[in-house]
Amino acid sequence: MTDEKNYMHKSWWKIASVLLLIYTFICGLLLDVPHLPALQETIRNLYFHVCMWFCMMILFIVSVINSIRYLRSFDLKYDIYARQYATVGIVFGILGYATGAIWMSYTWADPNNPAFQSFSAVAREPKLIGAAIALLIYFAYLILRDSITDMDKRARVSAVYNIFAFAMLFPTIWIVPRLLPSLHPGGQSGNPALDTRDIDGRMRLVFYPAVIGWTLLGVWITTLKIRLNILKEKKMMQ
Amino acid sequence: MIVGKKIFFLMTLVVFSMPVWGQNGNQPVQMADTMRSNGRIFVVVAVMLTILIGLVLYIVRLDRKISKLEKEFK
Repeated sequence: MTDEKNYMHKSWWKIASVLLLIYTFICGLLLDVPHLPALQETIRNLYFHVCMWFCMMILFIVSVINSIRYLRSFDLKYDIYARQYATVGIVFGILGYATGAIWMSYTWADPNNPAFQSFSAVAREPKLIGAAIALLIYFAYLILRDSITDMDKRARVSAVYNIFAFAMLFPTIWIVPRLLPSLHPGGQSGNPALDTRDIDGRMRLVFYPAVIGWTLLGVWITTLKIRLNILKEKKMMQ
Repeated sequence: MIVGKKIFFLMTLVVFSMPVWGQNGNQPVQMADTMRSNGRIFVVVAVMLTILIGLVLYIVRLDRKISKLEKEFK
């Protein structure tokens, strides 16, 4: 912020994000991975599909924190922050869903795999239903916020709703899918992404940097949207 | 100059050693071995990196444009 000739606003973590992502793409595809039946090389999707959900979760946490900050201070800036973090979180959630659909159709719904013969077995997945509900609740947040024209009312109502939406994340994507039998890793036993029976130290070496890299990319995109929206507000004030 | 030469020498060594990286022995479980035996996985890596770098350059441009706008508003 202090330097005069900065072309890119506070850029060290943006560079870090790009470097981490390049590392993820190269090492994620070339390093050796555990050899598991059915998964085979698709286990590498851990560096991409799972990271989308991690990024979504972190962005939603930041969003709800900003909503609380708004309710404590009634500073409209925090309302814009909360809204943009939620939007980009939803984008990452949709990407996670789409990549999961592709991954699923070659591992669960494999025609060569007799255990998962019918589509209904896949469609009944508690994890899929839960994630869909969570995303729909967040869609409702965007619709609610953008349908109120009065600025203060909009900010207050949507901040409260955002807290409820965040509270609904936990039963829908963390609790219920773990109580039910599931094809997705982490149903009833184990952990969806960090189970030591599925991934080992070699994969963690790429996975954690990948999570940080993707999250920073998400934050970067969000900051751009926030800055644009603040400019827009300023223009409207004039 | 001498330092430059040394670095150049080192880089040539690194470049010539590249074909040796990633040559592991045979593995019992069948993975994407055909892809690897042809060495074509690197093609995929190159394509993905191109896309990533393209997208990043695009975001960088956006970032700069917004910075300019912010300056104009001050």
